[in-house]
Amino acid sequence: MDSNSQTEINDYQVPGFILNSSSRRSISSIQSKTSGGHSIREVSFGELGSKPIRHGSRGADSEGFSASYKEINDDDARLIYINDPERTNEKFEFAGNSIRTGKYSVLTFLPRNLFEQFHRVAYIYFLVIAILNQLPQLAVFGRGASILPLAFVLLVTAIKDAYEDYRRHRSDKIENSRLAWVLVNEQFQHIRWKEIRVGEIIKVSANETLPCDMVLLSTSETTGVAYVQTTNLDGESNLKTRYAKQETQMKNPENEKISGLIKCEKPNRNIYGFQANMDIDGKRVSLGPSNIILRGCELKNTEWAIGVAVFAGRETKAMLNNSGAPSKRSQLETRMNREIIFLSIFLVALCVIVSICHGVWLRNHKDELDLMQFYRKKDYSESDVENYNYYGWGMEIFFVFLMSVIVFQIMIPISLYISMELVRVGQAFFMIRDNRMYDEASNSRFQCRALNINEDLGQIKYIFSDKTGTLTENKMEFQCASIGGIDYSNAKDSNEDGQTGGGPFLRPKMKVKVDRGLLNISKNKHTSEGRYVNDFFIALAACNTIVPLTVDTPDPAVKLIDYQGESPDEQALVYAAAAYGYMLIERTSGHIVIDIQGERQRFDVLGLHEFDSDRKRMSVILGCPDKTVKVFVKGADTSMFSVIDRSLNLNMLKATEDHLHAYSSKGLRTLVVGMRELSPSEFEQWHSSYESASTALMGRAALLRKVASNIEHHLSLLGASGIEDKLQQGVPEAIESLRKAGINVWVLTGDKQETAISIGYSSKLLTSAMTQIVINNNSKDSCRKSLQDALIMCKKLSTDSDATSGGSGNRANQLALIIDGTSLVYILDTDLEEQLFELSSKCNVVLCCRVAPLQKAGIVALIKNRTDDMTLAIGDGANDVSMIQMADVGIGISGQEGRQAVMASDFAMGQFRFLVPLLLVHGHWNYQRMSYMILYNFYRNAVFVLVLFWYVLFTSFTLTTAITDWSSVLYSVIYTSVPTIVIGVLDKDLSRTSLLKHPQLYGAGQRQESYNGKLFWVTMLDTLWQSIAAFFVPLLAYWGSDIDGSSLGDLWTLAAVIMVNIHLAMDVIRWYRITHAAIWGSIVATFVCVMVIDVLPFLPGYWAFFRIAGTGLFWLCLLGITIGALVPRFVVKVFVQYCRPDDIQIAREAEKFRNSRDPQDAQIEMNQVLDPPRT
Amino acid sequence: MSSGDGSSEPSSKISKISKKPRYSRFTQQELPACKPILTPGLVITILISLAIIFIPIGLSSISASENVVELVDRYDDVCIPSNSSNHDEKIGFIQDAATNKTCFRTWIVPKKMNHPIFVYYQLDNFYQNHRRYVKSRSDHQLWSPKSERATKLCEPEAQNDDDKPIVPCGLIAWSLFNDTYRFSRNDDAIEINKKDIAWGSDRTKKFGSDVYPKNFQTRGLIGGAKLNESIPLSQQEDLIVWMRTAALPSFRKLYGRIETDLEANDKITIEIQNNYNTYSFNGRKKLVISTTTWIGGKNDFLGRMYMTVGGTSLFFAIAFSILFVIKPR
Repeated sequence: MDSNSQTEINDYQVPGFILNSSSRRSISSIQSKTSGGHSIREVSFGELGSKPIRHGSRGADSEGFSASYKEINDDDARLIYINDPERTNEKFEFAGNSIRTGKYSVLTFLPRNLFEQFHRVAYIYFLVIAILNQLPQLAVFGRGASILPLAFVLLVTAIKDAYEDYRRHRSDKIENSRLAWVLVNEQFQHIRWKEIRVGEIIKVSANETLPCDMVLLSTSETTGVAYVQTTNLDGESNLKTRYAKQETQMKNPENEKISGLIKCEKPNRNIYGFQANMDIDGKRVSLGPSNIILRGCELKNTEWAIGVAVFAGRETKAMLNNSGAPSKRSQLETRMNREIIFLSIFLVALCVIVSICHGVWLRNHKDELDLMQFYRKKDYSESDVENYNYYGWGMEIFFVFLMSVIVFQIMIPISLYISMELVRVGQAFFMIRDNRMYDEASNSRFQCRALNINEDLGQIKYIFSDKTGTLTENKMEFQCASIGGIDYSNAKDSNEDGQTGGGPFLRPKMKVKVDRGLLNISKNKHTSEGRYVNDFFIALAACNTIVPLTVDTPDPAVKLIDYQGESPDEQALVYAAAAYGYMLIERTSGHIVIDIQGERQRFDVLGLHEFDSDRKRMSVILGCPDKTVKVFVKGADTSMFSVIDRSLNLNMLKATEDHLHAYSSKGLRTLVVGMRELSPSEFEQWHSSYESASTALMGRAALLRKVASNIEHHLSLLGASGIEDKLQQGVPEAIESLRKAGINVWVLTGDKQETAISIGYSSKLLTSAMTQIVINNNSKDSCRKSLQDALIMCKKLSTDSDATSGGSGNRANQLALIIDGTSLVYILDTDLEEQLFELSSKCNVVLCCRVAPLQKAGIVALIKNRTDDMTLAIGDGANDVSMIQMADVGIGISGQEGRQAVMASDFAMGQFRFLVPLLLVHGHWNYQRMSYMILYNFYRNAVFVLVLFWYVLFTSFTLTTAITDWSSVLYSVIYTSVPTIVIGVLDKDLSRTSLLKHPQLYGAGQRQESYNGKLFWVTMLDTLWQSIAAFFVPLLAYWGSDIDGSSLGDLWTLAAVIMVNIHLAMDVIRWYRITHAAIWGSIVATFVCVMVIDVLPFLPGYWAFFRIAGTGLFWLCLLGITIGALVPRFVVKVFVQYCRPDDIQIAREAEKFRNSRDPQDAQIEMNQVLDPPRT
Repeated sequence: MSSGDGSSEPSSKISKISKKPRYSRFTQQELPACKPILTPGLVITILISLAIIFIPIGLSSISASENVVELVDRYDDVCIPSNSSNHDEKIGFIQDAATNKTCFRTWIVPKKMNHPIFVYYQLDNFYQNHRRYVKSRSDHQLWSPKSERATKLCEPEAQNDDDKPIVPCGLIAWSLFNDTYRFSRNDDAIEINKKDIAWGSDRTKKFGSDVYPKNFQTRGLIGGAKLNESIPLSQQEDLIVWMRTAALPSFRKLYGRIETDLEANDKITIEIQNNYNTYSFNGRKKLVISTTTWIGGKNDFLGRMYMTVGGTSLFFAIAFSILFVIKPR
C-alpha cells in the first residue's frame, strides 16, 4: 500500500505518511469518508453470491484493509448474547438506553455549575479578591459590595445554564419515554426506550426511529435488505441500504428462540465503521457497517426490521458524535491578553508605589503614631497598653499592598470578558438573522456554532476552499459522452416525455438534457455505433450501486423513479442512461432489471468489485439475457487506460483521449467505461477465486482486490462520459470581491489538474493574464528543482515589473501556483516546506489538486504556522473536516455531502457566496466593534482606577476611597457597561453597501488597524490625561474648603462616569435611538444610583449629593472636567481624520456626502492610502 | 438534472416551514441612524462655542473669587510659650491640662466684609481621610439609642474600661476639635452664631435627638473636646460638623457665623483657647474668616481652568481654520 501511495496520491492516505497523524489531530472521520473532489467518487460494492451486497462500507475499509477482518481481540471486544440481556449485562454493565444530555440534577446543580464557572481564570481572580476583602485587616469594601459583582455574574450564568439544562432534561424525558417493540418472553411488547438493554431483540416498523444501535437480524424483505434514512445522523437525505445476514434472515424470533454471540468492537464515534463477528448456529459470520443500523436513523420503505441491540444510550454512535462546537480563541482576544499583561504590570506598579510610599510615611511618623488622632496605634482600653490593629512595619506594608490590589482590581477589566460574550451573542444574532445569508435552496440560515471568534471574520487573509460542493453545487449533470470514439456533446433540453422511453407510467425523477443524435442511435442497436452505445449505457445503468425507488405522483398513471445512491456522479450517470432509454428499474442483490427502450431485461449480477482508491475503478460481472457473461468496468481515466487493450482500436482510443482532454478542460468530471466478454473457463476461474475471497475471514478486502485486478484487464474501450459539476450561484463574483479585499483564495481539490484549472478559470480565480507555475513531480529532487526554478522566476518577474512600471505594475504580473498532491507528499513536512511557503506567499492564487484530506490540513498548517495571518477554511464534506479544524476559522457548507463538515465547523452556511457578506460586512463590523470595545474597556477601567489612585496619594497611602464602595463596584456593572455593549452590538462604521462596493475596506482588519499596540499606548496616554483632569479639577477647585469626603467622592464618581460616556459618545458613528437611550440613560442611572446611595442614613455619605448638587461649583466642575478631559482627544481626532484619514474615514465621508462628491474620487484616494508612502 | 426539480418535487418539501429570517429593519441592521461627521464647519463651530461658553464663565468665576474677602491666620506656632522650641516641649505644653492656653491675636480687616461671615478652623496635615480614622465610627449608634452597643467598628474607642459602650464611639468623635475662639472688635464682643452650622439633614436624620453622650472621653487618653451629656447629639453641632470627615488632609471646618458686617480697617481681637494637640504630628492650625459668593470661598482655580479650556478651544478653532484654508481636501 505504501508503495502505491507514493506514485499515486489518493484519498486514503496512509496515516503518518503525509502527516504524522499522532502529532496532528487524529480524527477518525477524516479517513472515514472519501474526497468529494474525485473524478469518481468512492462507490461501495458488495460481495456476491450468497452474501448480500455490502454498502456504505467506507469506514471499515478506511481503517485499513488488513485490519478489518482481523479477529477482534477478546480484551477489546464487547460480547453480546443475542436475546439474553441478563447474560450480556452480567459481566460488564453496559450502558442502558436512557440518555442524559442534561448536565445537572437538582442536587448537583449548584456545586457542578459553580465548579464549571470557576474554570475561568477571570472568575478566580474575582473570587480571590473577594476573599481577600473578607479578611478583617483588608476589608476595604463592605462585604456586600465586594461580593456583589461576582455573585451577579455567577447568578446570571447559572440561570442561563439552568434554563438550558431544563430544556435538555425535558427533551431527554420525551426521548426516553418513547416506545419500542422489544422481545420479552417470546413476544414483542411495548417498552419504553430507556428500559431497552443491550442484547435484547427489537422490532422496528416503517418510518419509526431506531432507539439504539442494533445489528440487523431480519427484515420484511426476503433478501434481508432494509432502507434507512440517516438525516438525523449525518444530514444525508438519501436512503441507505442495510442488510441482515442470511443466517438470521430466515428466523422469526417469535417462533424460534434465537441465540448467538456477537463479538463487536468497543463503542466509538465512527458512524461509518463497525466490525464484529456473530456466532450463530455454530457458524461464524462477520459483520460490517452494512449490518448495523444506528440510533436516530429512520426505517424507510421496509415494513419491519428486527435487530439486536448492541450499543445503547450514551454508547450509541449518535450520542458519541453529539459533541459540542469546537472552542477556539479569537486572535483579537489573544492580542488582548498581551495588553492585559501590561495592565497587570500597571496594577502591580500602582500597588508597589502605594505600599512603598506608605512604608516611607510610617517610617517618618514612627514616633508620632501612638498618639496621632487619626492613627492611634496604641489601644488603652486594656490595662496593659497594646498596639491596636498594628502588625509591624513590614506587615502593614504588605497589607497595604493587598488592599491596593483590592481597590485597584478593576484595572484588569473582568467585566470585559462578560461584555465581550454578550456582544458576540448580539453579533451572532444579527449574522443568523441576516436575510442575505439565508439559503433558499436548502432552507438554511447562517449558523454560528462557535461563539467566540466572530471578530476573526474581519481579519481573514487566506481562504482555503474545497471545490466540490463548496465552489460547485455538487449536483452532477451528465453533459456529454464519447462513445466508440465519437463525441456526442450537443445535449439540449428534452421536453417530450414520450421520447425518453420507459413507457408512460415510469419516469425518472430528474430530467437530463439529451443529445438528439445519440438518442436516435441508441434506439437502433444493430449498427456498429449502436452496439457501442448499447453496451455503454448498459454499463452506466448497471455498473453502480444505485437503488431505484418508485415514487407515486398525484397522477396515478405516472410513477417516478428516484435513484438513491451515495454518489451524485453515479446518480447522474444512471439518470442519463434512463434518459437515453436504459432505465434501471429494479436492483436486488442477485439481479438487476433494466428497461431497455421499453423492453425489460433481467441481468444477473454475478459479482461486483467495489471501488477502491488503489484501483480507482469498479467493475460488475453481469450474466446477460443472451447467456454471455460480461465484465463492465468504469473508472478514472488514468487507471482505466492502463487496463484497456491498446491493440484493439487505436484510433478510437486516440479519439477518446482527445475527447477526455476536451471535457476536462471544460471543467467536466470524466469517467472511462470499458467492457470485456468472459469466456466460460475464465468465468469459472474468477468465480471460484471470488467465492473463496469473499468468504475469507482474514484479509478479505486485499484478496478481493487481487481478484478484481485479475479480471480487469484487456478491456475494450466503450467510451467516456463527461459530467458537469455546476458552479454555485455567484461564485465568480464572490471570489473577485474576496480577492479585491486582499484575501488570498486557495482552492484545494481532489480533482485532477485540468479540471481544477478549468474550474479555476470559470470561477475567475485564474485569469488569462496570470502566469501559471505548475508543479507536479513525483520525486523529492524534482520537487526541489521546480520550487527553486519557480522562485527564480518569481524574482525575475517582480524585478521586471518593478523596472518597467514601478509600483503599480504589480497587477500586470500576477502569479498562479498549481501544485498537485503527489508533489505535496514530498514537500509538506520536509525541508521543502519553507520554499513552498515562500513561493506561495508570492503567488496571488494557489490551486492544489489531487490532495488528500490530511494534506488539506497540512496546507492550512503551512500558512498558519508561519504567519500571523488569519486563515479560513471552507468546505462541505467529511474530507474537509481536517482543514476546517486546522484553520483559525472553519466554515461548513450545509450542502449535499452530509453534516460532518458542519459539525466540525465554527460557522455554517448554505452557499459559498455568503462568504462575501459574512467577511466583508459582518466580519468587518464585528472586528471594528470588538476592537473598539476592548480599547474602550481598558480605558474606562483604567481611568477609574487612576482616579482612585490619585486620591490614595492624599490619604497618607491608606487606600481610603472618597468614592463609595457601592459606586466603585457599580461603576463597571451599571454606570458604564450598557453603552459599550449596545455600541459593540449595533454601531456600524460603514454601511453594507459601501463595504460591498469597496472590498478594499476589508484591509483595515487584515492590517489590524483598529486594535494594535500603538493604539493601546495612545489610549493609555489619553487615559492618564483624562484621569488627571477628572481628579485634579475637583481637588484644586475645593482645595482648602470645608468639603467633606463623601461629597467630593460623588463629584468624582459622576465626573468619571460622564466623562467616559461622553468619550464613548464622541466615537459613536451611528446614533440609533437605542444608542441615545443607552448613553444618556447610563448617565441618568448613575445620578439615580448616587442619589439612592446618599439617601441611606446609615452610610457616612448621607445626603452628600443633594448638598453638593445645590452649589454652582459642582456643576461647573462637572462641565469643566468633561470638556477639559476630552478636548485633547477631540483635537487629535479631528487632526488625524483631516490630515491622515484612513480608508474607512474616506469611505464614511463619501457615504455621507455621496451627492456632492464623486465616489470615483474616493476610490482613487483609497487606493493611494492602501500603499502608504514609505517614510 | 436540476431542471426537473420544480414540478416533481415531493410535496413534503413545500409544506416545510421556511426558516427564512423575518425581515425587520432591526435584524437586518438597517435602522435609521444619525451619522454625524466631523466636517470642518462642525469642528470650528464646536470649538468656537466652547470658547464662547467657557471664557465668560471663567472670567466671572475669577471675579467672584476676587470679591471674596478671606483672612487666614496660623496660630499653632505662636500660641505656645516661646521657650518650648522642640517637639517634646510642645507636646508637654498641650497635654498639660493645668496650663493656661489662652492666646490673643489681632487682625486688621483689609476690606469691608458683608455678613454672613463664616468662621472656619483649618487643620493642615491632619488626615481625616485616613483609613483607620474614617472607619472608626458607628452611624447606627449615632441615630438610635437602641444601637448604642453597635460599636464593632469603633475600636480602639469602643468601650470604656468597664466595657460600657462609649457614645459617640470611635476615633473620629474621640478626636473632636476643641479649640475655641472669641472675637471682639474694639472690646465689643462679636457674637459668633454656632447654630445651624451643621447640615440640616445630619441634624434631623443622622444624629438622634434622643441619643445622649455617654462615657465619652472618660478614659486615660483624652483625644479632644468633651461633650455635655445632657444635650442630645442632634444638637451637638460641633460634633456633627467634625464627623463629616474631610476629603483632604488640609481642610476647613465651619466654626460659626458672624452675623454683622466688618468694616475695612476694623481691628479685631481674637481670644483663642489653644487646646487641640496638633503638635504630636506636626499639624498646623489656622483660623479663617471669609465671605462667600456663588462660587464658594476664595479659589480662582476654577476660573483659570475655564479660561484655559476656553482659550485652548479658541486657539484650535483658529488653527484648524487656517489648516482648512491652506490645505483643503
